[in-house]
Amino acid sequence: MPFEIQMPHVGESVTEAVIGKWLKQPGDRIEKYEPIVEVVTDKVAMEVPAPATGELTKIIADEGETITMGSVIAEMAPDDAGAETSAAKPARPEAPQVTESSSSAIAATPAPTGLRVASPDRVGSMITGANVGPTGGAFQDTSLGAPSAATVSRVEQSAMASPAITRLSPVVQKLLDQHGIDPTNITGTGVGGRITRSDVQRYIDSAGAKQVQGSTVAGEVAGTVMKPSPVRRMIADHMSHSFREIPHAWSAVEVDVSGIMACRTANRENVQNTNGLNLTYLPFTLAVTATALRSNPLLNSSWRDDGILQYDSVNVGIAVAGKGGLVVPVVRDADNKSVLDLSRELSGLVERAREGRLSLEDVSGGTFTLNNTGALGSVLGGAIINHPQAAILTTEAIVKRPVVVTKDSVDSVEIRPVMNICLSFDHRVIDGAEASAFLQHVKRGIEQVSAATPLE
Amino acid sequence: MSQMTVIEAVRDAIRGEMRADPNIFIMGEDVAYRGGVFLATDGLVKEFGDARVMDTPLAESSLAGIALGAAVNGMRPIAEIQFADFVWPAINQVVGEAARVRYGTNGRKFAPLTVRVPYGGGVRGGLYHSQSIEVLFAHTPGLKVVAPSTPYDAKGLLISAIRDDDPVIFLEHKKTYRLVRGEVPDEPYTEPIGKADVKREGGDITVITYGLMVHYVLQAAEELARADGVNALVMDLRTLRPLDRESICAAARHTGKVLVVQEDTPAVSVSSEVLAIIAEEAFFDLDAPVMRFGPPELPAMPFSPVQEAAYMPSPEKILAAMRRLAAM
Repeated sequence: MPFEIQMPHVGESVTEAVIGKWLKQPGDRIEKYEPIVEVVTDKVAMEVPAPATGELTKIIADEGETITMGSVIAEMAPDDAGAETSAAKPARPEAPQVTESSSSAIAATPAPTGLRVASPDRVGSMITGANVGPTGGAFQDTSLGAPSAATVSRVEQSAMASPAITRLSPVVQKLLDQHGIDPTNITGTGVGGRITRSDVQRYIDSAGAKQVQGSTVAGEVAGTVMKPSPVRRMIADHMSHSFREIPHAWSAVEVDVSGIMACRTANRENVQNTNGLNLTYLPFTLAVTATALRSNPLLNSSWRDDGILQYDSVNVGIAVAGKGGLVVPVVRDADNKSVLDLSRELSGLVERAREGRLSLEDVSGGTFTLNNTGALGSVLGGAIINHPQAAILTTEAIVKRPVVVTKDSVDSVEIRPVMNICLSFDHRVIDGAEASAFLQHVKRGIEQVSAATPLE
Repeated sequence: MSQMTVIEAVRDAIRGEMRADPNIFIMGEDVAYRGGVFLATDGLVKEFGDARVMDTPLAESSLAGIALGAAVNGMRPIAEIQFADFVWPAINQVVGEAARVRYGTNGRKFAPLTVRVPYGGGVRGGLYHSQSIEVLFAHTPGLKVVAPSTPYDAKGLLISAIRDDDPVIFLEHKKTYRLVRGEVPDEPYTEPIGKADVKREGGDITVITYGLMVHYVLQAAEELARADGVNALVMDLRTLRPLDRESICAAARHTGKVLVVQEDTPAVSVSSEVLAIIAEEAFFDLDAPVMRFGPPELPAMPFSPVQEAAYMPSPEKILAAMRRLAAM
């Protein structure tokens, strides 16, 4: 008896995953808990363990396919057929096949699984001219010939066209959201040009077909269409979703970082020797940002249909270029941690992120995101908010600049290390005033650090 | 395995169950020596005698009441109402009493009663031999209401009804009796009460129906596939109470476009409930407004053949409704 292997539920907010790479093939032996497939969710990549020991018999979900949690991805033959686990259950018996009658031109789509399908020879057929009178009497019904195409005209599109239906049906809206499709790209074939579910499906299928071909696109400038990796597609969907839904606004300030540089220089060697940590600028900016978030709670929130959710905790995600693409590990309760604590925690997270070993726990629960784009030399940026958060802050490259410094009412020009910090914020939640207040708070916090500032 | 009509399947089910269980007996108007006006019980009095196949006076109230009393006292009666149109005097015994036996005695008593009710029109029966009365019973908690459309389902569901420990209203569409023929296993078997099934697979639109209309819808679906290349999934409810919510919603989600076809007038009917279930549970998978098709809201089936044809849903009228839905 084959067992179905389901995509396990891995987290409350995670509803879909993309099959990354099958680590086992049909015919392979698998041990219970041994990873059999890599999957990618919108938060993390992970491995699905085998629910039992036995042989993998069939792969149902192909690499690159998007599947919902709980759906069947493979079948296996366990050694002990009685060892049913919560993740594996007996496969449903095959539904009896309905053979198409000659009058049907197109193969019917099978009924959804789980439905009882009547065997065709048990459906019965009507007897022409049967005696159907009330008491076995004399009424022979001859009205039941096959309806002829001549007597029933096809519904004319023009007759149905008015009034035009421009609203999207619930299932169409859902599909468009899932795939991040702009409905204006789709030609509707329903009444009055209405977009139907099959119109969307056709669009998705043809878009998929184009990617798979990996060939040049006719009628456009020559080029090669690259099939995106599952992670790439996930990032693409996430970014499109965020940018489409959130009205982004931007603001930036310039920060003098000579204090942080002095503090780092003063402590670097000691931290390396005592704690084995490489002290970077990130824990400083993270500590200051977290404190500013606590004081400016609108920045630490999410827009929802039922209101603005202000988070109780300050959990800051750190954007890291991981092995397979962008990942955002989260530092929890960052406002309660010292620079040294943060340095220790970041060191582990970043290392795991670069090696692609982050757990779902590592990447969930973020309420705000910090991105150190300056590491790549950027001096100004307009980041896309990490949906559903309300804002994202980038710290840009530190450059030496001539700065006007005022001491005892006397202005002079000094060469100072300066860094831009750039904020992208959800304008539904935050106005320019709150954004500026937050940025000033961060700026003051960074500029107050000096060589004497304690790290603990 | 034999080819049988619906009436033959009904008779086969009753005969087999009566042979197996001496507590089963039949009562009804003309069921014994006449064999029933449709000959559903033809020949049974010869085999089982008139103590187990009993003719009754034209008194549906007594018929249902006596059967109920026997059921509560350990028998398994099958009461035949000659025509659904004359079930009204029995309503008090069925709706007012039988439905409440288990509930009213806190589970101490139960009533394994089967009431066979030939119903439906399109048989030139006019105002008094054509009615669809299913909604009156389907509305009543405590009753099970079964309405098969094929010989196979008629036998399997009737055996389930007879073996069921609670009252089952078993609706037999009169026109299907000799109109529909199909394969039926010779041995007894049961089909589950409360489970709908798919009579035709398809991925473009979903048509949900029951009774005679199953066959009209199937005929229209073949034409729709042939002429338009549109494939309809056809679901046969088979049980009207309890409705199979899970299968109804799965069928609705499969295509996102749903039409309910019934011979009964649509207002406050089985189709109302089916569409309410879909609106409650499958709204976000709908791709078009739900549709239904039935006869005009008139007090009864007309007698004039021309008017009857105008009133009754037909494969052609159903096909037009299916095309409207497919085009949405």
